[in-house]
Amino acid sequence: MSWPTLLYKVSGVWGNHEGSMLLWALILALFGAAVAIFGVHLPDSLRARVLAIQALIGVGFLAFLLFTSNPFERVALPPPDGNGLNPLLQDPGLAFHPPLLYLGYVGFSVTYAFAIAALLEGRVDAAWARWVRPWTLAAWCFLTCGIALGSWWAYYILGWGGFWFWDPVENASLMPWLVGTALLHSAIVVEKRGALQSWTVLLAILAFSLSLLGTFLVRSGVLTSVHAFAQDPARGMFILAFLLIVTGGGLALYAWRAPQLANQSYGGGGLFQPISREGALVLNNLLLCTLALTVLLGTLYPLFLDLLTGAKVSVGPPFFNATFVPICAPLFAAMCVGPFLGWKRAEIWPALATLRTALAIAVIAALVAAFAIDGRSTLAAVAFGFAIWVIVGTLLEFAGRLRLFRTPLSDSWRRLKATPRASLGMTIAHASLGFIVLGCVGTGAWNHELIKTMKLGDSASIAGFEVKLDRMDALRGPNYVAERATLVVTAGGSPFTVMAPERRLFLVQRRQIAETAINTNLMRDLYATLGEGDAVNGWVIRLYYNPLAPWIWLGAAMCAFGGFVSLSDRRLRVGAPQRSRTAAQPAE
Amino acid sequence: MMLHRLKVPRCARDDTIFLVDASNPTKLSSRAKRGTFLLALLALLLAFPALAVEPSEMLKDPALESRARDIGRSLRCVVCQNQSIDDSVAEVAHDMRLAVRARLAAGDSDAQVFDYMVARYGDYVLLKPPFTTATAILWLGAPVVLLLAAGLLYKAGRRRSARAAAVQSTPLTEEERRRLAALLASGRTHGER
Amino acid sequence: MINSNRLLYFLPLLTLAIMAGFFAWSLSSGRDPAAIGSVLVGRPAPALAAAALQEGAPPLTDALLKTGKPVLLNFFASWCAPCQIEHPLLLRLAERDGVAIIGIAYKNKPEEARAWLKRLGNPFKQTGIDPEGKLALDWGLSGVPETYLIDGAGIVRLHYRAPLSERDLATILPLLRGGS
Repeated sequence: MSWPTLLYKVSGVWGNHEGSMLLWALILALFGAAVAIFGVHLPDSLRARVLAIQALIGVGFLAFLLFTSNPFERVALPPPDGNGLNPLLQDPGLAFHPPLLYLGYVGFSVTYAFAIAALLEGRVDAAWARWVRPWTLAAWCFLTCGIALGSWWAYYILGWGGFWFWDPVENASLMPWLVGTALLHSAIVVEKRGALQSWTVLLAILAFSLSLLGTFLVRSGVLTSVHAFAQDPARGMFILAFLLIVTGGGLALYAWRAPQLANQSYGGGGLFQPISREGALVLNNLLLCTLALTVLLGTLYPLFLDLLTGAKVSVGPPFFNATFVPICAPLFAAMCVGPFLGWKRAEIWPALATLRTALAIAVIAALVAAFAIDGRSTLAAVAFGFAIWVIVGTLLEFAGRLRLFRTPLSDSWRRLKATPRASLGMTIAHASLGFIVLGCVGTGAWNHELIKTMKLGDSASIAGFEVKLDRMDALRGPNYVAERATLVVTAGGSPFTVMAPERRLFLVQRRQIAETAINTNLMRDLYATLGEGDAVNGWVIRLYYNPLAPWIWLGAAMCAFGGFVSLSDRRLRVGAPQRSRTAAQPAE
Repeated sequence: MMLHRLKVPRCARDDTIFLVDASNPTKLSSRAKRGTFLLALLALLLAFPALAVEPSEMLKDPALESRARDIGRSLRCVVCQNQSIDDSVAEVAHDMRLAVRARLAAGDSDAQVFDYMVARYGDYVLLKPPFTTATAILWLGAPVVLLLAAGLLYKAGRRRSARAAAVQSTPLTEEERRRLAALLASGRTHGER
Repeated sequence: MINSNRLLYFLPLLTLAIMAGFFAWSLSSGRDPAAIGSVLVGRPAPALAAAALQEGAPPLTDALLKTGKPVLLNFFASWCAPCQIEHPLLLRLAERDGVAIIGIAYKNKPEEARAWLKRLGNPFKQTGIDPEGKLALDWGLSGVPETYLIDGAGIVRLHYRAPLSERDLATILPLLRGGS
């Protein structure tokens, strides 16, 4: 058996609702085991509580499996060759997409368990924040990978440069990611300054709740989506009940216990000026949560309006482009400034002065984009400027940390080796966002498209390439029949590459999938898709030139990498710090 | 309680019949050829969404065509799940694309083309929901919450710093000064390790 | 002030309760998330202009909808299986209940539509053909079969985006008999 077939046999397990729930339950158990094994330095009471809550969640999922989604139910008349895996899923990218996503979703269950344990114990302190951090980071990294993989898959399957459609299921994965990112940042404040405790606990509960909400939306049938599994209102009711117990219970506990958390202040009373590192992190949280709320509203509003008034309304990409993107602007602007600010109280102008260079370069970049690269969209040029600002600003901060060019290189090298991995991770992750935006700008605003009916021997030209349809073949794969076009690509007269897009018909499922041909040099993608046609009238060939498209995926990989670098920080694995001697006793 | 949803079959005249050109030399055996032909007769297979604009639909005028594409990206295919008419291979989407181009060629403005579609399919067909009293919460909900939260934080911050300032500005009483001195004298032994 | 702060802590729970309420409502109401509604109901009927299916017959016009009596307008096609399923119901309505039904063949070759009607029976008072779907677009069609009930005053009262079923008759017949 070849390895792709084996891979699909395995990934076929979770290619449907029951199997994917089984995967959920498995990962839930694995994470519980991980907490038991790696959490040896946690105080016993906390570890016991966390494991108990994790197990309770597991019980819920196992009950769901048992009562509504039994993957081991016998089929009366099993098809001799099996059902066949959905041809869309017969792809390495999509084979790994669910497990990575679930690692992310389920990872947040550990964060949730920590939050509930903290509420039960009545204490949220720097130690708790330090303990919770690796689990949050791990979940966040996997979720980043899962989302990016799904997006990348859509990109190379669909064949025209689209990679995000604001589909409800995509939104369901984006919301926990946004809240998880906010959580990562607010936990820093709890750890370093002892402020924002109850807010951080709330975020921890919400991150997992949004994961559950996503599960609900995908499987209950309340929303239409190209991604959704088979819908079943009975299952939907079960998941809703589970959601109510988990989230409702968590939020009820929060409403009851969190006010006491606010009374615990130590390490300076948690006071800070608006202009300070804490202030920047609070701004970060506000903006990220607003983004999450925007996505939530956009996804659920049609449902609510339909129920209340019967009016049917659609919320699609144009809405999100108008509401989501503008809020990213202040977020990106502040992203570089934050690390320059001191704790408790800081001056904004010295921080901005250091970033003068970054600002200048960003403005120049935006102008270059508008006038020299591609002037079609001013928004794209502005976004380009913001992305350059983030990249240069982050690098400047890092260079400042190393005293680069201000001290001998050996000194900078020494500083580099001494930099905590968490800071390295932050630099990498922040800069990667700039690269992702650059990729989005390139492929979204500066792409070239050519749709043409071509007969054998016809040529088309796109972005300096000449593309000739050389031959058409019909062929047979292991479980499909296909038409394949051979496109000879020349650049400036000299041969460049040969692209072979296909249209495959999968015999068992009777579905048709396009195999796009992509030629990439990591700076741009050249795409070809084969459409309908015949020898007499020609075939519809779609050609795309997507500049900077690979940077979206490279940027996302870099983002997850930054998270993993942070995760590997020794401080997260060394035992929890002792309670500081200088901590003030809680006020009576 | 079993909840059933009645699903009524409908013909939306989807898509594409997969054709293998029998006149082209193929690498298929004769049995496969028969099989493929048979499959080709099995019409109405669901293709995965791909950009569905066909060259035969496109207008000659590039400015008009680009407007048509922009409008097409903002119109929803009424028989598909969350796709624009530009992305959908459904027959209805094809008809809508043609209608958009016909209206543009007849001189309609973008707004008039949208109104044309809304008159026939309702607000559902707009991927960017209109801003009305019904959708005000949708459009303004998040920014309003952001402003409210920022305002609350600001007030809470002011209150806390006012409280802190009040504590600092109240002078110690004589009694408290004596207690402080006593504590400091004894605290010296605790402060060192 | 303490009270309002405590109330704030209950806000997330309250939000969840509201959302869950909507979800439960949606699940128990049997709502179809793919339903697109109809914007034509309650409004004057769109223009009706189609060539007749029968060769030589006069084309269909709005006059057919403004006779003062309610009329059904049905879009069908010979290549559409659900249309075949609903067809006996239409025959029954036409023959037994004397309902005036106008049929439009949607994206059909004329000879195929004629052959289909000949084979299955023709319930239509008048039959037209819409080969390119232009008329269908004006009537907000999303597929076939779809049926509209237009009352005597020319207002669209019902729009079924699915084959007619026995249950629908309970709604249709009173309106057809009532007159307007």
